[in-house]
Amino acid sequence: MSVSKEDVLHIAKLSKLNLTDEELEMYTKDLSSIVDFANQLSSIDVEGVKPTAHILNIQNVFRKDVMQPSFDREEILKNAPSKDAGCISVPKVVE
Amino acid sequence: MDLYSLTLTEIAKKIKEKEVTIKEVLDSVYSRIDDKEAQVDAYLTLTRESAYKKAQELQDRLDNGEDIGVLGGVPIAIKDNICIKGVKTTCASRMLENYEPIYNATVIEKLENAGAIVLGKTNMDEFAMGSSTETSYFKKTKNPWDLTRVPGGSSGGSAAAVSADMAYAALGSDTGGSIRQPASFCSVVGLKPTYGLVSRFGIVAYASSLDQIGPFGKTVEDVATMLNVISGHDEKDTTSANLEEKDYTKALVNDIKGKVVGIPTDFISTGLNEEVKMAYESAIETLKSLGAQVKEISLKTAKNCLPTYYIIADAEASSNLGRYDGIRYGHRAKEFSDLDDLYKKSRTEGFGAEVKRRIMLGTYVLSAGYYDAYYKRAQQVRTLIVDEFKKAFEDVDVIMIPTAPNTSFKFGAHDASPLEMYLEDMFTVPVNVAGLPGISIPGGFAKSNNMPIGIQFIANAFDEENLLRFAYTFEQNTKYHEAKPQFIKEDK
Repeated sequence: MSVSKEDVLHIAKLSKLNLTDEELEMYTKDLSSIVDFANQLSSIDVEGVKPTAHILNIQNVFRKDVMQPSFDREEILKNAPSKDAGCISVPKVVE
Repeated sequence: MDLYSLTLTEIAKKIKEKEVTIKEVLDSVYSRIDDKEAQVDAYLTLTRESAYKKAQELQDRLDNGEDIGVLGGVPIAIKDNICIKGVKTTCASRMLENYEPIYNATVIEKLENAGAIVLGKTNMDEFAMGSSTETSYFKKTKNPWDLTRVPGGSSGGSAAAVSADMAYAALGSDTGGSIRQPASFCSVVGLKPTYGLVSRFGIVAYASSLDQIGPFGKTVEDVATMLNVISGHDEKDTTSANLEEKDYTKALVNDIKGKVVGIPTDFISTGLNEEVKMAYESAIETLKSLGAQVKEISLKTAKNCLPTYYIIADAEASSNLGRYDGIRYGHRAKEFSDLDDLYKKSRTEGFGAEVKRRIMLGTYVLSAGYYDAYYKRAQQVRTLIVDEFKKAFEDVDVIMIPTAPNTSFKFGAHDASPLEMYLEDMFTVPVNVAGLPGISIPGGFAKSNNMPIGIQFIANAFDEENLLRFAYTFEQNTKYHEAKPQFIKEDK
């Protein structure tokens, strides 16, 4: 296997996902086969080739610094799973 | 003939000339949905109430002598990853099961301004990750041509709805083939515009450098009309191209004499189903007989597009889907011990298996020690692919390849191997990696199972005219698009 169970546990942790033992087995197998497949790229000569992050020649676009109406607080909070006193509520972050 | 079975262009004309009322049109399409939806399962949400309200407003304006727009009164469907204010936009995920956007995507604003009426939101693979619409958290959409087979994906609901006459046109999104492949599987026309031609503001992001919104239609003409409406610069999308607007219906010329079509023999030499190959070869003969010049070209780097695509798409997805943390919107787990536990439980419960697979693969290729070998190398190969297409378009007007290597498959056919499912995308991903426009049009049927086969044209960036001209000429001289699905349910 090109991807080990330890690798999968590590990336699951980075991805903030919990895995059951069965899922760990499955993803180790799946990711290994996909990574093996992706390894065919190593046969391509990319010496000195510039990476393309984006297809268009993109430049930063600035908006004029003018005030515009924003969304209503109540509206924004409509989709929040938990709210209190006009704010989104979360568990305690700092002890 | 029933109203629902007409094309977008035909029904728009009938409404404008007051041969029919908009309410009659809406009644016809919703009764068709009532009749067929139980078999097809194309929709996640129907917006009957707002549709009838809009129909009344538009009819009043029309009766008042006002211009109600090029799509005035035409009912269409929207993929459920495109935001409509106040209408659930779930991305077919438990994560967004109850999410109601507070704003419209730019394409929705444009459609509304053109007089279109939204029928509802269509099913899709969860977060647009899949090639069969099977990864939807809610339901499995069936292919109207054979209800035991998939409609393709990820925009499977949109393709099935148009194919089954349950919408005159639909919007989908295409990150690696998600418009063209389901169009091919369901025998409708599906266009993926050049990256940057259509605003992405208000689409739920999967892979931002590849995603593009585009139309499904029953004909090439309908798709050109939809493109006229949804394309154009948008200051809310920094990747939106600022170009002069065009009238794409002018490209609908039934003549390709002397034009050059490229056939990448090396690219299509492996993995192609025999019946698809026969349809493709017959398409080459059709183009020749219409006076096009056929030129053999080489796309040898594009053969490596699939791993390049999955590395880039999953890397971007792992970053984009980081926003689903259970805090501001989306699913939040009921019980948790602390903030980290809240994140983990919410994401673990909210995402399905394929989404998790892609987030983890993306995280892997971006992680320390693997970045250079995978992500950076994929971006370098992307440069080579872009250059290869640029070179090809020095000699040809369009490139023609099949849309998909196979016809539609049975439900569960690829359950055992995600990689096999990924291979279904081999002919569509190069277009996204290079940011080009591509269109899939009906190209015949396989003898063994009578399932549709799609033919794909690819053009140079922002050359939708040549794309539409070839597609239109092919369509007008073959008429495969006129066949309608029979909703069979056979075990072959």
